[in-house]
Amino acid sequence: MSGGLAFVFGLPLAVAIGFYLLAAYERRAGIATGPGFFQRNGLGVGTYLVVAVGFWAFFIILLPQLAMVDMSFRPKLPPAQMGGPKDLYTLENYRYFLFGSTTSTAEWNWLHIKAFFLTIGVSIAITLLNFAISYPLAFHMAQSATPARLRVLLLLLILPYWVNEILRAFAFRVLLSSGGIINQMLMGIGLTSEPIDFLGADVGLYMGLSYAYLLMMIFPLYNAIESLDKNQVEAARDLGAPWWHIHAFIVMPHAKPGIASGCTLVFMLTAGALAAPLVLGGPRTLWFTPIVYDRFYQAFNWPQGAAYAFILLVTCIVFVLVVLKAFRLSLGEITR
Amino acid sequence: MKAGALQRVMFAVYAVVFFLYLLGPLAVMGVSAFNTPQYPQVWPIEGFTLDWFGLLLADQDMMAGLRMSIWIGFLVVAISVPIGLAGAIVMTQIQARVRSAYYLIVVSPVLTPGIIIGISTVVFWRQFTGQTGTRFLYDGVVLTVLGQASFISAYCMLIILARLQRFDRAQEEAALDLGASYPQVFRHILLPFLKPALASAAVLAFLSSFENYNTTTFSILSDKTLTTVLAGRVRQGTTPAISALAVIIVAVTIVGALAYELYKRRADAAAARRQRAALEEEEAELSGTPAAALA
Repeated sequence: MSGGLAFVFGLPLAVAIGFYLLAAYERRAGIATGPGFFQRNGLGVGTYLVVAVGFWAFFIILLPQLAMVDMSFRPKLPPAQMGGPKDLYTLENYRYFLFGSTTSTAEWNWLHIKAFFLTIGVSIAITLLNFAISYPLAFHMAQSATPARLRVLLLLLILPYWVNEILRAFAFRVLLSSGGIINQMLMGIGLTSEPIDFLGADVGLYMGLSYAYLLMMIFPLYNAIESLDKNQVEAARDLGAPWWHIHAFIVMPHAKPGIASGCTLVFMLTAGALAAPLVLGGPRTLWFTPIVYDRFYQAFNWPQGAAYAFILLVTCIVFVLVVLKAFRLSLGEITR
Repeated sequence: MKAGALQRVMFAVYAVVFFLYLLGPLAVMGVSAFNTPQYPQVWPIEGFTLDWFGLLLADQDMMAGLRMSIWIGFLVVAISVPIGLAGAIVMTQIQARVRSAYYLIVVSPVLTPGIIIGISTVVFWRQFTGQTGTRFLYDGVVLTVLGQASFISAYCMLIILARLQRFDRAQEEAALDLGASYPQVFRHILLPFLKPALASAAVLAFLSSFENYNTTTFSILSDKTLTTVLAGRVRQGTTPAISALAVIIVAVTIVGALAYELYKRRADAAAARRQRAALEEEEAELSGTPAAALA
């Protein structure tokens, strides 16, 4: 573990030297002209820029992620034995995810595997659903709403999102509980005689998740569609294109970066959601993030929790890459 | 024209359903906060009460959590806005061949699930503070600020970058030609230009910090913020006091939004008046004799 500290300070130093060499090379090769970095910003501001960005990139972003990955490949040991002879790299935490045991591979760990795939599948479904729900409104706001109405719509949209994620989930719990208003209405009009257990059937969880990140879909869509020239839609209409042609061949191709960015955001937030599953999930609810949480604070097995978190992270990265590939976009285009 | 009318009706129906879905849960909380039953209930309305608000204000844990959330929010603003500013400026100056790698690293926290950021922050700082003898830094507030700063700094950077890209380099060159030093350009040209973006970054940073749960629940350790207290309360069982909290938050929002709208209208009107006055003055100058204008 003492090698860890050398790495922690060595990595930023190595990158700093790398930048210095790169700058020297570019200057020699004549690619870079004009004042150098510290000349251009002054010593004070230049130091602030380097320190702030260096601290952020290494100590807040990169090194913690690497520490988590590193931990996921280590066995669970009491603090005294850390760095000792037993502290060797191992796959046992990943083996546990697949087989439910750190040594035997006889049986699959169905509970966790099912929860994982259910989480991914439901997150994809919710992403598509949110796109379908949001698109008409985003199009209306971007293309045909008057400025005054637009302002009202924006306010109405943002309003629920000032309320905390947990409170929003709580509202669904009140709404859908067996004595809640939805069940009262259903029984009132005689559709059902017994209250329906929405929460036990995870309907509440899925609704809450869809609701929680609707805004993350609408805003990227709205921004992307807004930059489309209205004349293009008009021209297509004048040329006799049916409405679905206009959307499929003009609006959506133009809004591609917005669609991709909305989809990745919603997927990632849904798959990583913790509040909604905690509040709306029943005792038998399968969702991956509470399992990760329990590895840490119920089982107190941090390396295992780190392994589970890393599995989730890799899944999210793969999803982002697949979306980028499918839409033929670069990362810069979707994080605008 | 008939098809058009049908489409409009369909859209109206869709919009109504959409906003019912969006605002329904809020309405539920709004009603149950004033209704007397112990369990948050919308119908039947059994009586009007303000007890739940009193109960909320008397809740020591909740109030301590609220203070902690506000404190952490200010710390996050104090760290994330300067980091975001530095990140944006570096983005415009970094060598072209490493720019995309740099962008990937600093934007990655936006696309990383919050719980993973919380976990990795705790894992890293537990080891780091243990090995460097700085155990006092292994503290819920410090870790939460660092964890939240990872993605909130990225938000700030994206906001500031959007404005920085519209910055006219000619202004900088003019100042330099007139004898300003580089730090002077930074302070008197660049920062004032970026001021609106810095302000919105600060507001966004505070709000994102205030309502964050996923990262905070890991990194807060044994301390409590408003969101973690709330999560505990909601899991234990539901009382209308929680609805009361939502009502307060929504009320504050609406008042804030209205105040901002009024302020903006006033500012717009004042700007229009100034412009008109300037135009009139100019006209008067042009119509008068050169001597009168000079005097």
